[in-house]
Amino acid sequence: MRLELEKRAERSTAMALLSPVIAITLTLVTGAVLFAALGQNPAVALYMFFVDPLTASWSLQELVVKATPLILIGVGLAVCFLSNTWNIGAEGQFTAGALAGSMLPILLPGFESFLTLPLMLVMGIAGGMLWGGIPAILKVRFGTNEILTSLMLVYISQLLLDWLVRGPWRDPEGFNFPESRVFSEAATLPALADGRMHVGAIFAVIAVIALAVVLMKTLKGFEIRVLGQAPRAGRFAGFSRNKMILFAFLLSGGLAGLAGISEVSGSVNQLTPVISPGYGFTAIIVAFLGRLNPIGIFFSGFLLALSYLGGEAAQVTLGISDKTTRVFQGLLLFYVLACDTLILYRIRFARPGVTAKGA
Amino acid sequence: MTVDDTTDPQQRQAHQRRGTILLEAQGITKRFGDILANDDVSLTLRAGEIHALLGENGAGKSTLVKILYGALDPNSGDLAWQGQTVGIASPAEARALGIGMVFQHFSLFEALTVAENIALALPPGQSFRELSDRIRTVSRDYGLTLDPSAIVADLSVGVRQRIEIVRCLLQEPRLIIMDEPTSVLTPQEADQLFVTLERLASEGCAILYISHRLEEVQRICHHATIMRHGKVVMECDPTQETAGSLARLMVGSAVHDLKRGVAPREGNVHLALKGLSADAEGPFSVAIDTIGLDVHAGEVVAIAGIAGNGQSELFELLSGERLATIDTSVMIGGMPMGRAGITKRRRAGAAFVPEERLGHGAVPGLKLSENLVLTRHGTGDGLVRSGFVKTGRAGELEQKIKKNFDVRMSHDDPEARALSGGNLQKFVIGRELDRRPDLLVVNQPTWGVDAGAAALIRQELIDLSRHGAAVLVISQDLDEIFEIADRVAVISRGKLSEAIPSNKLTRERVGLLMGGLEEKTGGAGDAA
Repeated sequence: MRLELEKRAERSTAMALLSPVIAITLTLVTGAVLFAALGQNPAVALYMFFVDPLTASWSLQELVVKATPLILIGVGLAVCFLSNTWNIGAEGQFTAGALAGSMLPILLPGFESFLTLPLMLVMGIAGGMLWGGIPAILKVRFGTNEILTSLMLVYISQLLLDWLVRGPWRDPEGFNFPESRVFSEAATLPALADGRMHVGAIFAVIAVIALAVVLMKTLKGFEIRVLGQAPRAGRFAGFSRNKMILFAFLLSGGLAGLAGISEVSGSVNQLTPVISPGYGFTAIIVAFLGRLNPIGIFFSGFLLALSYLGGEAAQVTLGISDKTTRVFQGLLLFYVLACDTLILYRIRFARPGVTAKGA
Repeated sequence: MTVDDTTDPQQRQAHQRRGTILLEAQGITKRFGDILANDDVSLTLRAGEIHALLGENGAGKSTLVKILYGALDPNSGDLAWQGQTVGIASPAEARALGIGMVFQHFSLFEALTVAENIALALPPGQSFRELSDRIRTVSRDYGLTLDPSAIVADLSVGVRQRIEIVRCLLQEPRLIIMDEPTSVLTPQEADQLFVTLERLASEGCAILYISHRLEEVQRICHHATIMRHGKVVMECDPTQETAGSLARLMVGSAVHDLKRGVAPREGNVHLALKGLSADAEGPFSVAIDTIGLDVHAGEVVAIAGIAGNGQSELFELLSGERLATIDTSVMIGGMPMGRAGITKRRRAGAAFVPEERLGHGAVPGLKLSENLVLTRHGTGDGLVRSGFVKTGRAGELEQKIKKNFDVRMSHDDPEARALSGGNLQKFVIGRELDRRPDLLVVNQPTWGVDAGAAALIRQELIDLSRHGAAVLVISQDLDEIFEIADRVAVISRGKLSEAIPSNKLTRERVGLLMGGLEEKTGGAGDAA
């Protein structure tokens, strides 16, 4: 008996939908085994990790707060990955957007008007686009590998943030803590409910709807898919690969920048040396788990947000490291990519060779 | 499918076959998903016999051969080598038994030398000098001149095939499988190959010769097995058959002749090339050297040539996928278009069909209706309105093309990759013909397409020209060129010969031009 992968004639629609479900199931099973190995009751641990955070209003709001950047970044990355452009540096674009948008409330704390917030958001988007534009231009002009350049720019932006909050942007009244001044009311995104949920969630919903329409209905969406799947056919259709690289990086960079400034302005309210628990990287998983489809990303964004909350909950109640969050996210990406093989292939049990006497 | 009444008996004329039985395949069945690629196929190969395996594309020849060579496992069936039941689990085991194979598409590393390429395929443990000597001996003995130290990239296709054959011969095979060996050769190179094959057969080697070129099969093969739809429909002595009867057996119905219609009158020039040049883009790409050509309304002009002489480079310059340096070196409908992109050229009435169907002419993972948008989003067919794709309209057009060009599919609007080569080619060409273009440029219109579909496509190309369009066909297939072309030019190493009326041209002359032997007389730039 031997396992064989047999190519299907066409993509299996059923498998495209089932693959994430299988992947999530396998992740949970593996997680249960891991918890057992750590000496925990797997059932209790999984409950604390994935169900308990959903039982209180404040934690549901927290879920939305965490899902917001994941979804905003995830839909932008979907455009990149669909067009076969590999933006791995959304975390850096997120940071650059947060930095650019925070310039206003930090450097001009006196400027408080109805224009403050819109300007901050625009500057945040521009900062993300700038940071995303660098690897795109390097690739178009010099043929550099965008995976490496975009990833390296993450570290540059993080070190820049670190230097700024410890140096020039440190709060003069902040007792030498490495933090910027706290944003004024005019520079804070309004809350949506009694808790920490803020207007950024609405931006995420708008981004999901807009990109769903663009990807499914417009010629631009068609161009994205064609260039991603068959670049030569894309050239034959008259589409430009280089323009697409720029478009994908500017769009995803802009959305990551918007996520960055929304997070800082709506949730943290000041700059600190670390402003993200790795949203830009986790959004890669969100994008793939959501089938690179904006609607799917909406749901997968919440699932991955839950993994953050679950990690915190598990740390508090069970005393296990919050690194389990990373483990779960890694497992999930691993299984999603593995299960996606089944979309174009089916598994067959082959009898060994012809020697086994057929007819 | 209607089955010819003549195919009922498996053996039409029980002719005498000589030689001891080398390889016997019994009841081979291979299934790919829902498709039965080989259905209870039996085949006997004898020492000293050149055995033809005939059939259209998709008849199951390649599947059968891959099973014999150990590259595929059959679902059921037995193989016997010299009377012993054997299992051939891998090509290595096939080679160990004495089965060698020369593939249609060469598996050579272009940057390495001949000897290095051969060494890669042989078991290790032989000194390089010894190997070079053996290559020289074998190639001299069989009239396959080869220089072991030459770099493959510098060699012509015919010589590259010799490397494959010599590589195969060095393993001292008892059976050699050849997959469409002449499809890339000039007539002269093919003749040389036949001499080698006859010599091998006379020494007792069995040869399984896969082809759909009937003249060749009749000329050199002793026995033929004909396959259709995965089954063996007939075994015969090809010398006792006519090309027509063999073709009928392969296709299953009479092959109709093309209607050429009246010879065209001189129409407007729809495509004019003047001094078109372009540098080579990489070490293995060909530079285009001051090409000149006029294609008039109402005529089919063919560009003949061996693969890799600048055809794809020329096609990209014509389509606008690559821009020329001088705007006026490509004139479409009287307008300079050398610097215009492909969409602008399409709007000027031009249509293009590239050589590669999947990945160039169509996106494998997109539905046919979506693939329709690929080339027609900018040509005013109402497929795109204010940035939105009109899927309903695309579906209508897809249905129309499916009906008009007999594109067969298992269910409605499938992904492009689910279609067979012939059906996808009908769709890709139908997509452009449906626009009624003034100029059609098509590269290898029937490459890898079965005879029925090829006849339909060729007829469509002729009809399009007779309705007043200019048609430029780039092809390696001389039969096709003589069937459809009014004038023929030959491309060799990036230079184009003068276009000569096809009725004033012989195959031999074209063969010589293809081999680059008349380059000096070919007036580049001073065509028609």
